[in-house]
Amino acid sequence: MTAVQKRVFINKIALALSTLSALIALGFLFWILGVLVMKGVGALNWNIFIFEGAPPGNPESGLKHALVGQAILIGMATAIGVPLGILAGTYLSEYGKNSKLAHTIRDISDIMMSAPSIVIGAFVYAVVVMPMGHFSAWAGAIALGIIMIPVILRTTDDMLQLVPGELREAAFALGAPKYKVILSVVYRGAKAGILTGVLLGIARVGGETAPLLFTSFNDNFFTTDLNEAMPSLTVTIFNYATSPYEDWQQLGWAAAFILSMFILGLNILGRVILFAGKKRK
Amino acid sequence: MIDKLFFNFTRASALLILIIVAWVFTVLFNHSLEAMNTLGLDFITHDEWAPNLDKFGAYAAILGSIISTTLAMMLAVPVAIGVAIFLSEIAHDKIKGFFGISIELLAAIPSVIYGMWGLFFFVPIIRDIFGGLGIGLLAAGIVLAIMILPFMAAVTRDAMNTTPDILKESAYALGGTQWDVIKDIIIPYAKAGIIGSLILALGRAIGETMAVTFVMGNVHKVPGSILDPTTSIPVTLANEFSEADSSLYFSSLFGLALTLLIMSFVVIAVAKFYFLRKARRA
Repeated sequence: MTAVQKRVFINKIALALSTLSALIALGFLFWILGVLVMKGVGALNWNIFIFEGAPPGNPESGLKHALVGQAILIGMATAIGVPLGILAGTYLSEYGKNSKLAHTIRDISDIMMSAPSIVIGAFVYAVVVMPMGHFSAWAGAIALGIIMIPVILRTTDDMLQLVPGELREAAFALGAPKYKVILSVVYRGAKAGILTGVLLGIARVGGETAPLLFTSFNDNFFTTDLNEAMPSLTVTIFNYATSPYEDWQQLGWAAAFILSMFILGLNILGRVILFAGKKRK
Repeated sequence: MIDKLFFNFTRASALLILIIVAWVFTVLFNHSLEAMNTLGLDFITHDEWAPNLDKFGAYAAILGSIISTTLAMMLAVPVAIGVAIFLSEIAHDKIKGFFGISIELLAAIPSVIYGMWGLFFFVPIIRDIFGGLGIGLLAAGIVLAIMILPFMAAVTRDAMNTTPDILKESAYALGGTQWDVIKDIIIPYAKAGIIGSLILALGRAIGETMAVTFVMGNVHKVPGSILDPTTSIPVTLANEFSEADSSLYFSSLFGLALTLLIMSFVVIAVAKFYFLRKARRA
């Protein structure tokens, strides 16, 4: 074999291995998606949306409690995380810019984004659940809100920086004060980007289970009392899937399917909005 | 007036991030003081975890975290690099777009679903092949590997894509094969970025809770083999936090949470501030 033939041969092997690993990865991931769709769709029916949790063996059991609880928790977390994240991102992009403080905040927030979410759960347990004396929806929402802030902060910071400086200068030249420039020029210019950030932030916390385990805990029944333990789809999936009862496991698959579709939907929507926004420019 | 108010609002929100992080560390530290004082170094060197006897040795949990993440990295890194090479160098544009987006979407699927899949579909396979329970370190390592794969592949691909086309084209012009270009141009050029991405994925894997909680077993015992059930820091927290009944028990769990936070903080900081910053500067 000549030197060239040898190199071509090695090249073929290397490329084949790389393609093979791509196929392996794709295979596993489609296996998981396939299972999710088959099991999930199979377990879906109207009862899920009508009935709340029931003891195993009861045909009139559903996920209404978990769906509503999840919506409440996500809604509250959004109300906490989105304003704080957007304001903080505004500071970094419009006031802090390249100052040392702004860079420190960016770095710490970036680390927070990848930090273990269960630790945030432990923190909220210590500062909210312990003083209150019991699990509550508030605690769960605060934990999720804290996790959401860095995601929103990062996208807001990035997106506001994309707004051209000339736009700001033009507004300043008309005599507008800085807050007015930010509110009606910069925000307007970065609208699509900020919205995408919010959607991705919601998607990120929507799938979180670990920080809810000991903050909002879980409940098998329908409740809207924010001072009490609140059921969520994610913790319900965990409890039902690890239970020995066949019908609870079925409900667990249905919950897993609904949750995944919700989160994938948000991700896709976020991308579409960003893409459409880019196209218009 | 309003201008000043708006400025102060935004600045307070930004500072809140720093305050929260400092607060998290202080709270976890304060709550783990009791365990540190009572148990001392035994907390991390002993492996007996018996809440009813007030014995809390976290050695098994810490070891379980390290072994399961190492296992996951060993399995995921080669595949992730392969996928990244495939996405950045081999695939045609159409496949690249489709495959790239599906990888990113899969990275968004909640980890509780990977865990559930692992419990119902993967554990039985391990049980059939190796015997035993099926639940244990090996299952945890594999499920964890599959879970971090999409994220790892996506960031590694991004790092590889930073290689300027002109460098690659020069190498091709000299008669290099695709593999020559990959190993002599792209990998050396993007080395810092690739290593940073892999370590960042490691940082996520350490703290990952739900994917492994299903399949680890939560048994506080140093495993004899990778087929044995054991526990890890996040698994212990997830299973026992809402059941703890004595203040020393709680304090030990807070100690575990602090250990986990410090481990992942250090790993992520090394990835971001050493490797990824170096990559951006290059």
